[in-house]
Order: sequence, then structure tokens, then C-alpha cells
Amino acid sequence: MLELLTVTAGYDRRAPVFRDVSLSVAPGEAVGLLGPSGCGKSTLARVAALLHRPDAGALHLDGTPVRHWRHRAPRALRTAFGVVFQQPRLAADPRLTLADLVAEPLRATGRRDEAAGRVAELAAGVGLTADLLTRRPHEVSDGQLQRACLARALVLRPRWLVCDEMTAMLDASTTAALVRVVEDYRAGTGAGLLAVGHDRVLLDRWCDRTVDWASLNSPAEH
Amino acid sequence: MTERAPVPSVPPVPSVSPVPSVSPVLSVHGLSVRFRMPGGRRVAAVTDARFDVAAGECLALIGESGCGKSVLASALLGLLPGNAQTAGRALLGDLDLLAADERTFARTVRGRLIGLVPQSPAAHLTPVRTVRSQLEETVAELTGVRGGRRALREAAEAAAARAAFPPDHLDRHPHELSGGLAQRAATALALVGDAPLLLADEPTTGLDRDLVDRTVDELRRHVDRGAGRALLMITHDLAAAERVADRIAVMYAGRIVELADARTFFGAPGPRHPYSRGLLDALPDRAFTPVPGLPPELGALPDGCAFAARCDRATDACAVLPPPHRAVACHHPHAALTEAVDRA
Repeated sequence: MLELLTVTAGYDRRAPVFRDVSLSVAPGEAVGLLGPSGCGKSTLARVAALLHRPDAGALHLDGTPVRHWRHRAPRALRTAFGVVFQQPRLAADPRLTLADLVAEPLRATGRRDEAAGRVAELAAGVGLTADLLTRRPHEVSDGQLQRACLARALVLRPRWLVCDEMTAMLDASTTAALVRVVEDYRAGTGAGLLAVGHDRVLLDRWCDRTVDWASLNSPAEH
Repeated sequence: MTERAPVPSVPPVPSVSPVPSVSPVLSVHGLSVRFRMPGGRRVAAVTDARFDVAAGECLALIGESGCGKSVLASALLGLLPGNAQTAGRALLGDLDLLAADERTFARTVRGRLIGLVPQSPAAHLTPVRTVRSQLEETVAELTGVRGGRRALREAAEAAAARAAFPPDHLDRHPHELSGGLAQRAATALALVGDAPLLLADEPTTGLDRDLVDRTVDELRRHVDRGAGRALLMITHDLAAAERVADRIAVMYAGRIVELADARTFFGAPGPRHPYSRGLLDALPDRAFTPVPGLPPELGALPDGCAFAARCDRATDACAVLPPPHRAVACHHPHAALTEAVDRA
């Protein structure tokens, strides 16, 4: 169970982006979080993925409160999350080939020897050809790069997936393809999903339930 | 600068799009763009594109990322990099955009004959100057407003109002604007010159649905407001295309594979090219099924139909390039209603 309990977060303690937001995702559940641009939904996703320390409130993972975020979080917790961001260009190291990009989490956790097998397996799953894997980000399209970023998010077999506007830059066919990859992974592993977005039609189709940001709290006063 | 080089193409077929009563705002004939790459490689980014955009019309050019849509826009604006070669003609009135030199583009085309609504407005605006200062500069440059500072200020505020940009945000810098407001600032700049052709290159990427609707409605209003104006919107957002377009051009691997009336395309009987069908079936409110496989590399296109490898209707015939027939370039198009064919 992933539980966000009355979380207040932002980038300036005196003016948080939102206050007292609660949301939970059960194991194996797919929850869509729907909200307009700038409402704070991405910040909430970052809190949930241990990437942003909240100002107040709690995050419980399977009943245990999370005490540390970002690099302070223990590796076993950090690697329980796979995250896909909206803009693959900003989320990809331009010096790495796509194969190295996908393998990076394995390398960072000292599991380099698994890399070749896992990368080949995932590349087939997300539809990246051997030729594409040898290229660097500037040599591929947004859609191809996002496929690599999704493979990277899955490479450590996370129990939780957080997809923050994963498909906002992509065409309809690539969107459907990536959602299918996520759902195949979840069907095989029972991972939970928090999908953040502003497309109600997409989230309704993709997720078990869609939550409106407006229903979670009253936005913080600015 | 681009140099013109002959590019082999399929023999021209008579255009079958509805014949406009007046001459079109933009008329593209056999437009091709090749990039010369290191090692003698050639990338066929656009091949033999032909379409018209009539006055009062919005044509949406749709397709997957990397299919050549934005290269086509760059060619129309003279913004191709130095290793590009173009062929064909793109007539804007009497001016052939593919033969025009940089001076012509700078002095008469950009902003004046073609208004560009850019893909990422936050990157398009000058980061160190306020929106007001950029609007005033554009107004002074393009409209020749007389009457000093005050008249200029008023004209810039009027220009902002046309794109529904709030006046109290005029003194902000681009980084202080939300994505939606940056989009409106860029739209306001594009509208200043009253250009006959508005060219919108992915104007709604990353915006939420309300902002998408507002942005494309504003573009549509601009076309409807003045006589002789037209909109060419390049987009991968099919919902946005359905909302504003009169006609749809589908691009695949650098070629326009289908040209269709928007209502026929999104409604019944639907698109005729299997790729267009696949795109629509990928929508979450339809089958939500991706087109299998990936688009081919533009540097290594097959000799025949570029879609055949992903197509469930492909046969041996597809080893030969399908010529556009009745506005569909396919050997096995889906059936159209007879009257739709007659109209096309």
C-alpha cells in the first residue's frame, strides 16, 4: 500500500504548492491523478516517488512511514519505484547511448552483469531495435527516447510505477504502445501505478480509478 | 541556405482535393527535402508533398513524431539547415517559397506573409525581455504604427488582447509565465503581422485539454475573422485536429499518404489509408491499440510502400510505391462511401 497522508509540499515553506493532500494506491492498483497545468500534481508524484521531501504529512509504504527522501532514502526503498517523466529529453543523459541509459540503474546498484540480458529483454518489450540502442538521445525521436526512459524505469523491476505525464509529448500510437508496456509489466508483476496527467479520456481508459486533483484538498493560498 | 536539386518522385497525379473557388493561399507541389549526412548518407525527410490550403480553411497535418512534419514547416519558412536540399514548389500567392532567398524571407515572408506559432513558446520568446517589449518591437517592425511611444504601447496591448493575453502580465519575463500564457504570448506575436497564412507547428504540445481547446479556437478565430486567411496546423494531437480542421493531411515517413475531409476522416466512413485507421484506433476513446512496430528510418526507406511492414493489408503489390489515387496513397485502401469518393 502506498499512502500519502495529509501531505503539504512545495518549494518554499512559506508558500507550499498544496496543503493536506491524501491519496493511496493499493498493490496492483492503477490510480490516475487528473489535474490542470500547475496544480501541484507533479510535485505530489515526486513526493510519492521519494524524489521530493514534503514539508508536512507522511508517506507510508506498506504500513511503514518513509523517513528519508532522495539520496537519503535507503536503496531498497528507492529501487522499489520506477519513474517516467513528461519530457524524455530532460530526463536522459545526452552522453549515454540508449542501451547505457536503460542499463544505468543496474550499474548504479552494482548489478552491471545483469545489464546485457535485461536491456535486450526490455528493448524488445518497448519496441526498440538493436540499431536504436546504439544511438544517443539527439539521434532519436521523442517517442523513441521515451520508450528507452520507460525501459529504464522498469529495469530494476519496481513494485511501484509513477508516470508523470508520460505521454503528453507523444502521438496517439506511441501513447497506446507505452501504456500497453506498462500494463503488461503490471500484469506480470502486480506493481501498483500512479499515473499523473491532464487527459481524462486517457486516464479513465488506462487506470482502475481516476482521482480529480480538486477532490483531494483545497489548494494552498498563494 | 538551401540548394535546389532534382529529387526523383512518382509521376504527378491530378490533384483531387476539392477545388477552391479562389486561388489557394498556399499551394505545395511536389515538395521534397533531403538532408545530406556525413558519409554520403541521405535522409529523405519529405518526399513529393502536394496539397493546397484555401482561404478560410484550416488544414491539419498529422502523423507520428519524426515523420517529417516539422521539416516541411521549416522548408516553408526558409529555416532548413545548410545540408538540406529541396525540390518542388510552394506557392504563397506568386512567391515560390522554395526559390526565395534569405533576404526575401526576412523582409517579406516571416511574420508578414506567414505567422509562425511555434512548438515550445517558452523557448521561442526572448528570455531576457518582457512580453510587452517583444510585442512592441514586433508591432513597430511589422505594422508601422505612427504616433510615438503611446500609440505603440496601445497597439501592443491590442495585439495582446487579440490572443487573450492578460494585460497585467505584459511586464513579465517569459520564465514568469505558465505554459498556457507563454503559448498565448507566442500566438499574439504570430498574429501581429496579419499574415495570410498562419503556420502552427505543434502549438498545443504539453498543454492541458482546456488550454489546447482555447489555443486552437483562437487560431481558428483568426482564420474566420479576416478574408483570405488560412491555417496550416502541424500536430500529433488528433483531438485538436478534429476540433478545428476542415481537412486532414496524414503524413507517414515523409510522404502525405492521405488527404481527407475532416468530418469524413473522424466520422463515418473514416479514413481510408490503413495507417490513418491505425492512428485513430490508437486513441484512448477508440480501440487504444498502437500501430504495431516503429516507423521506418527516413535514411533507409524501403523502395515500396513505407508502411507495408506494419500493415495488416500488405501484399506483394506493396513492394511497389503506391501512387496517390483519389487522395490516398495505398494499394489496398479501406472502402469509402461512394458519395464521399465523388466529393473527393
